[in-house]
Amino acid sequence: MAEYSLRTPLSEGDVRKLDIGDVVYITGIVVTLRDAGHRRALELLARGEKLPVDLKDLVLYHAGPVVKKVDNRWEVVVIGPTTSTRMEVYEYEMIEKTGLKMIIGKGGMGPRTAEACKKYGAVYAVYPGGAAALQASQVKRVVDVYWLDLGVPDAMWVLEVENLGPLTVVIDSKGRNFYDEVYAEARRKIDTEIYPRLGIK
Amino acid sequence: MGIASIENKLLEATVKLIEAAAVWLPDDVENALLKAYEIENIPATKSFLKAMIDNVRIAREKGLPICQDTGVVMFHAAVGDKFPFTALLPSILRKATVEATKRIPLRPNTIDVFTGKNPGDNTGRYMPWIDWDFVEGSDTAEITVLLKGGGSEVIGRAKNLIPAEGLKGVMKYVIEAVYEAGPQPCPPIIVNVGIGPNVSTAMKLAYKGLLRPVGQRHEVPEVAKFEEELLRAINDIGFGAHGMMGKVTALDVHVDYAPRHPATLSVAVVINCWAARKASMRIYPDGRVEYITHPHLNKEVA
Repeated sequence: MAEYSLRTPLSEGDVRKLDIGDVVYITGIVVTLRDAGHRRALELLARGEKLPVDLKDLVLYHAGPVVKKVDNRWEVVVIGPTTSTRMEVYEYEMIEKTGLKMIIGKGGMGPRTAEACKKYGAVYAVYPGGAAALQASQVKRVVDVYWLDLGVPDAMWVLEVENLGPLTVVIDSKGRNFYDEVYAEARRKIDTEIYPRLGIK
Repeated sequence: MGIASIENKLLEATVKLIEAAAVWLPDDVENALLKAYEIENIPATKSFLKAMIDNVRIAREKGLPICQDTGVVMFHAAVGDKFPFTALLPSILRKATVEATKRIPLRPNTIDVFTGKNPGDNTGRYMPWIDWDFVEGSDTAEITVLLKGGGSEVIGRAKNLIPAEGLKGVMKYVIEAVYEAGPQPCPPIIVNVGIGPNVSTAMKLAYKGLLRPVGQRHEVPEVAKFEEELLRAINDIGFGAHGMMGKVTALDVHVDYAPRHPATLSVAVVINCWAARKASMRIYPDGRVEYITHPHLNKEVA
């Protein structure tokens, strides 16, 4: 288990060296997208159009912040990860088509994302969900926002961050998915210890 | 005091109630997290719990929302039949939701299902949601606000079991729900279970569990024992905080029940994330307000 401080744009080497369980802090630019944002991004890319921000070598964050407008400028009040599982259906294609290098979220992602991480060189890392006040101080400023017509949570927020973390890598670029191992161990305990004890078949 | 000034006073009191829920985790939940931190020994799990506990303190000190997902605003109103302002409550709670969204701020989370529009103030058809209970002989109203994030709501489920499956079947249904949810609802979670004659009552009884403090057992001994067995089983699954593995997957299990129909055995599961945000206040017939879950606020209003 190693600890790294990384700066965007990330290089292939930056992410290929990461293993599950490693802790990462990110400085630079992260871009938020949730379900609706992923859908719109993929529609644009399918039509051959460009995204408002080129995600190549950047960090995609599954998050919808609480924001306020002060003197016509957006400020992040608090921010934290949303459940990534909902984005599983979009993420392979996002990684393939944009060349993003890291995804931040919570709750885990599935085999298609893990496959794309291995093939294209990316990782998925989690931040403790709900710890949004702690993370707010790591966001330096709102660089830009697009797609506000989707609503504040679902808009694309471009954020400058400093030492965003601690982020724990749960899918690396070598095909390992930490949560798969956690689920397998949980299933074993339920079937061999918990259900027999409770007399459940 | 005239009606208009009581209305204004209660509006302000309710905004304050919503703010308390958003920024100040109730003591019973915070204490349970501190206990989990003591129990765990895996470094990653401990560091996740530490981040959560630090976050609770920062949010309280800086007056920031604990979690960016401030949920959809749900109220529970237990109103005495002699309480004089019942008819004012729906409009007060709605206005307070709009004002709290601006002031705290809350994240605007209500999206119209048919138009896709987000009005930006956490209102909409039936929103904020209000559940009503009526209390005979009382002249007060107890208002609770629940701010429950989508990540834990999305895990909620209900099913009609075959009566032959019995309470063991109920247990299995709950354990499988927690297993499938895994790290998604931000464990350590609070698991709320309702059992009854149909999925509607079972779900209502499960949601009632959200009102109960962590660590409080059901008053019926058989139910209390069932809760303890389920809590032990869920913690033995071993997910730990955010699936980093460990001994504390759930902070508590709350079960409630109503009789079943001979042909049915309905069960509902409602999960709360560790950031179980809630605040309650009592309104007296003279318009005075007492904060129950956040008593420090009483000094400010006195």
